[in-house]
Amino acid sequence: MARNKEGLILLVDVGPTMHSVLPEIQKVCSLLIQKKLVYSKYDEVGVVVFGTEDTKNDLTKEVGGYEHVTVLQPIKVVDGDLVDVMQQLPRGTVPGDFMDAIVVGMDMLIKKYQETIKGKKRICLITNAMYPIKDPYEGTKEDQVYTIAEQMAAHGMKIDCIVFKGNQIHDTHDSIIKENDMLLSIFSKKTKAKAVRVESSTSLLGALRTRNISPVTIYRGDLELSSTFKIKVWVYKKTSEEKFPTLKKYSDKAPSTDKFATHEIKIDYEYKSVQDPSKVVPPEQRIKGYRYGPQVIPISSAELEAVKFRPEKSVKLLGFTNASNIMRHYYMKDVNIFIADPGNKKAIIAVSALARAMKEMNKVAILRCVWRQGQTNVVIGVLTPNVSENDNIADSFYFNVLPFAEDIREFQFPSFSNLPASVQPNSEQQEAADKLVMMLDLAPAGKEEALRPDFTPNPVLERFYHHLELKSKHPDAAVPPLDATLKRITEPDPEVISQNKLVIDEFRRCFDLKENPKLKKSTRRLLRDRTSGSFGGEVVKNEGRSTDLVTSTSTVKVETIGDSTPVPDFEAMISRRDSPEWVSKAIFGMKNKVFDLVENSYEGDTYPKALECLVALRRGCVIEQEPKQFNNFLHHLYRFCQEKDLSSFCEFLASKDITLITKTEAEDSEIAEGDARSLFVKAEPNSSK
Amino acid sequence: MDMDPDDVFRDEEDDPENDLYQERQASKELLVYLVDASPKMFNITCPGEDQKNESHFHVAVSCIAQFIKVQIINRPYDEIAICFFNTREKKNLQDLNGVYVFNVAEREHLDNLTARFIREFDCVEESFNKLIGSEYGIVSGSRDNSLYNAFWVAQALLRKGSAKTADKRILLLTNEDDPFGNIKGVTKLDMARTTLQRAKDAQDLGISIELLPLSRPNEEFNVSLCYADLIGLDGDDLAQFMPLAGERFEDMKKQLRKRMFKKRKVRRITFMIASGLSIELNTYALIRPTAPGTITWLDSVTNLPLKAERSFICADTGALVQEPPKRFQIYKNEEIKFSTEELSEIKRVSTGSLRLLGFKPLSCLKDYHNLRPSTFVSPSDEEVMGSTCIFIALHRSMIRLKRFAVAFYGSSARPQLVGLVAQDEIVDAGGQLEPPGMHMIYLPYSEDIRLIEELHSETTGNMPSATEDQIQKATALMKRVDLRDFSVCQFANPALQSHYAVVQALALDEDEMPEINDETLPDEEGMARPGIAKALEEFKVSVYGENYDEENENTAQGKANAASKKRKVASEDALVKCAYYDWPKLADDGKLKDLTVQELKYYVTAHKLPVAGKKEALISRILTHMGK
Repeated sequence: MARNKEGLILLVDVGPTMHSVLPEIQKVCSLLIQKKLVYSKYDEVGVVVFGTEDTKNDLTKEVGGYEHVTVLQPIKVVDGDLVDVMQQLPRGTVPGDFMDAIVVGMDMLIKKYQETIKGKKRICLITNAMYPIKDPYEGTKEDQVYTIAEQMAAHGMKIDCIVFKGNQIHDTHDSIIKENDMLLSIFSKKTKAKAVRVESSTSLLGALRTRNISPVTIYRGDLELSSTFKIKVWVYKKTSEEKFPTLKKYSDKAPSTDKFATHEIKIDYEYKSVQDPSKVVPPEQRIKGYRYGPQVIPISSAELEAVKFRPEKSVKLLGFTNASNIMRHYYMKDVNIFIADPGNKKAIIAVSALARAMKEMNKVAILRCVWRQGQTNVVIGVLTPNVSENDNIADSFYFNVLPFAEDIREFQFPSFSNLPASVQPNSEQQEAADKLVMMLDLAPAGKEEALRPDFTPNPVLERFYHHLELKSKHPDAAVPPLDATLKRITEPDPEVISQNKLVIDEFRRCFDLKENPKLKKSTRRLLRDRTSGSFGGEVVKNEGRSTDLVTSTSTVKVETIGDSTPVPDFEAMISRRDSPEWVSKAIFGMKNKVFDLVENSYEGDTYPKALECLVALRRGCVIEQEPKQFNNFLHHLYRFCQEKDLSSFCEFLASKDITLITKTEAEDSEIAEGDARSLFVKAEPNSSK
Repeated sequence: MDMDPDDVFRDEEDDPENDLYQERQASKELLVYLVDASPKMFNITCPGEDQKNESHFHVAVSCIAQFIKVQIINRPYDEIAICFFNTREKKNLQDLNGVYVFNVAEREHLDNLTARFIREFDCVEESFNKLIGSEYGIVSGSRDNSLYNAFWVAQALLRKGSAKTADKRILLLTNEDDPFGNIKGVTKLDMARTTLQRAKDAQDLGISIELLPLSRPNEEFNVSLCYADLIGLDGDDLAQFMPLAGERFEDMKKQLRKRMFKKRKVRRITFMIASGLSIELNTYALIRPTAPGTITWLDSVTNLPLKAERSFICADTGALVQEPPKRFQIYKNEEIKFSTEELSEIKRVSTGSLRLLGFKPLSCLKDYHNLRPSTFVSPSDEEVMGSTCIFIALHRSMIRLKRFAVAFYGSSARPQLVGLVAQDEIVDAGGQLEPPGMHMIYLPYSEDIRLIEELHSETTGNMPSATEDQIQKATALMKRVDLRDFSVCQFANPALQSHYAVVQALALDEDEMPEINDETLPDEEGMARPGIAKALEEFKVSVYGENYDEENENTAQGKANAASKKRKVASEDALVKCAYYDWPKLADDGKLKDLTVQELKYYVTAHKLPVAGKKEALISRILTHMGK
């Protein structure tokens, strides 16, 4: 493990113009540290900020200069404190000089590692590069950067620069920004460096690689254009899903005094005869069976081994074809990348010639691949050109797997033109759709493309690590809400929506949606429920009905809370006595239901229904003496509404007199009679804020 | 909302609900083959595959034999019966003359195919004369009508099952275009009429009757003589019938072993276009990798099926535990616990629906923006009327403006950004090639994309790139090696086909393992054609120069030498070191475990055994090698 450890310096610009995005930087940097804690806990990290009032670094002591660069954390093995350091970056007061910071970072790496861990030393610079760097004592700025870059290359350091552009581009700074861009680009010419520019805070979260995975080739060998003409290539994975961490199952059986308890759970499989469950068959006595008609044909693994299809390891060209023959939706899996053997100049040229010719002619190549010797299947796929825009990066190909004849299901669908006239859009509707498709634009000219996969982080992972950190401090911490920056991924950008309000309203006006009258009430779920009649009456009616439903439906054994009749479902579930789990299941289900209703509301249309559910939940919690469940939930719901701009629901609840469960109602409650309303009293000043 | 604890940890792909949809078979088909066994079928021959003359009867029987072998894999739930008519013997429930229903033990006349049935049908010809015998059943002087009887038997067989849930078909194979030819006068008319009536009755019961005629070499099968009325052909259809029938015969023989799936939606989702404006979509899995079928574990002694039972055991105490409610992650040397509810809450970053975020030009959808097979979406008005209209409008706009929609799909397994790419319908003579709708493409997150291009960037100067001339040569090559009509599904998966063939061979006790034709191999012959060979050579020379091969060899050898030299030195070293130890004694005294892994490796390297594995594995390998 330690063999692959990385030494990383985070250089963060905390100057005044950076303050607005520092929260995001804190988030992404702590995520980086957290992932290191989970996946590579021997890595070492140092943190340097620049643009601070103070100065604190070795170089200033040794040679002077390098002002406003502060070493927050000398290089050390990642630990919990580092996460805290990252979450409390100081706010600087002066424009920082990123070149000074880079030199300080290099100096730290050199002093710490000298010649060791070559290629595993990395500097990560986050800045907006809005301020000019100081002129060097001798030579030009460019010369200075060249010298630094060469030094870096000599020590086997990499540098990643993330330049945050923000939306506010000041004309006055244009020349400086250009100069800085030029200076930073020198790094990528001279060393292993990558510079990305991002405009939105969401892309900032995605721009920093939070987990280092050393790439491994899945194939090294010949790309055979024919039996006589071969090109040496290496194949890597280009995309591969970063999975949600696999959590271990927890066992609480070990006594609490046992300090060395692993708390792990082993899973044991036993194979039993279907006809005689008491008979256990040892695993080696099993044999695989495959269906053939109604029978199962046993095939021993030896037999299977002997007759298995075993092609030779090779990658062969089948031919070229027009790019339009391969539709995008036929891509089957994650993507591979073919690069020429980096040490083989001729191969690089051959790949380059093919890629460029393919791009020019709009052709793709079809390949047959067997990546490893002993592989029992072949892969047919399409090679598409990836012509590099950068002089020092070689051309390459992307490779996507295509389906076989057996993988395609030929389902027939009605042709749109054959559908009745009533579902054909008229010209007005078509125009509204055209406008919507044009105007709801995520890649406007002159601006950064929003939600580019390359810069869009996975909100679930971010949230998991955030919660993990919270739990490490308070084991009972609630799941944190999705923060606003990440919401730009899961929900439309309010800015885009408000800019295009006219277009959207027009679209909404042109099309008419109604629920299908032929459907039974119970299956309706998509359209908002319009509750008729006065709201109060509805609740009373429900209460009256629900009490006898408890007895009647409990025989049916309700197991989930449905969409059509949540209240009776809940009451049936909570009163089931065949297992103690039902109470918690019912409460859990009802909570989710309330969230669903509130979250999916449009201008408050689902609030009454949510209230019904909430009333029922409260009553259930009083009966079952589970006041905490309800009280915590109400707090949680309240916070949730505040975060999601749904404070109108809180007001609605306050107006309908929903209170916490008090001590008089349930013994376990910690809420005194007078405090029952405390939540919403507090709500008023908060929501006006 | 009921949360299944496992649900949270499951991938969308191995969702049991999905499996259910995937494994479900197409609605079943009940099929009766009526094979004419009259002497004429045996007498008349036609040139077979290897230029030998084969009887029509042989052609018909071998075609059915081949077809049922495919059918048992493609549609195992179909029920089949095979009847011969114009036979000497009779075997049918109605006890009608001249009709023989072929069957094997433990099987109803019309039933699922079984290995035994297929196996015995394969050799039906050998014993045909002895057991069944051929005899033309329509002769003057007797009132017997074997064709009429055959229809009657077939119809009676097909009485099973309702017409709603099953397709019922009769497939008639014959070379006699005028079955009543040797009958004269009123009897002929009468026989033709009753036979026609019998056929019509069957058709009224929802049974379709199809004819596969076999033509004599110099005399075409004349459909209009008798069968046109019977199967309801007229006008254009009649003219088209013969050529199409020939094609069908070929198709039946060549059919690919491919599991058939019934069209059904994976799930119904809401597509939220703007707040308060949601339409209803159905998703379908049109493209999914086909696995070689589910494995049923059997007891190798009894061949009876087994079931797996899972139990959870506490690693510390060895106690049996129920499905544990909590999971944990080691973080900062502590165990951080999560409940299933918390984990599902973490994953609930959005409601379960599909939410429109905006549109982008198609050029923004890069080739590497892919993770999984796409999912097809099609609108539905079942619950929300007007969905289809909105969908069509957006679909047209997106195609016209060359844009795709970006949306967030909040599925519980993996909430993810998706691209919706509109696909226009493509139809050709054979039917619909591409259905109209949108394909949902699962986009990667930045964490899922690896930066490989930069990995080997050149730091000392520019990367070499191709010259105009080299690109020209590559272009010329591309024009030569052009797969003009390439379509993605033209290849059968050789691994899957060979698996099916193996299962079939074992099920039918076939003597030799079948050879599978691997269609995916490049066309070596085509590549060697002078035009292509020349283009290849020119491109090769322009890139590699005239005498590249040697250089290539040298560099390759240089590398290999270094590696192999190292290995050689290591093994020689091991040989020497290995001699220092008295291995048999160590083994006998059980002292092997006292040696280090390094020391143990001397032995395995010296004896050319695999060096991988843990210490225990090494020791056991050494012991096995010494024969202990």
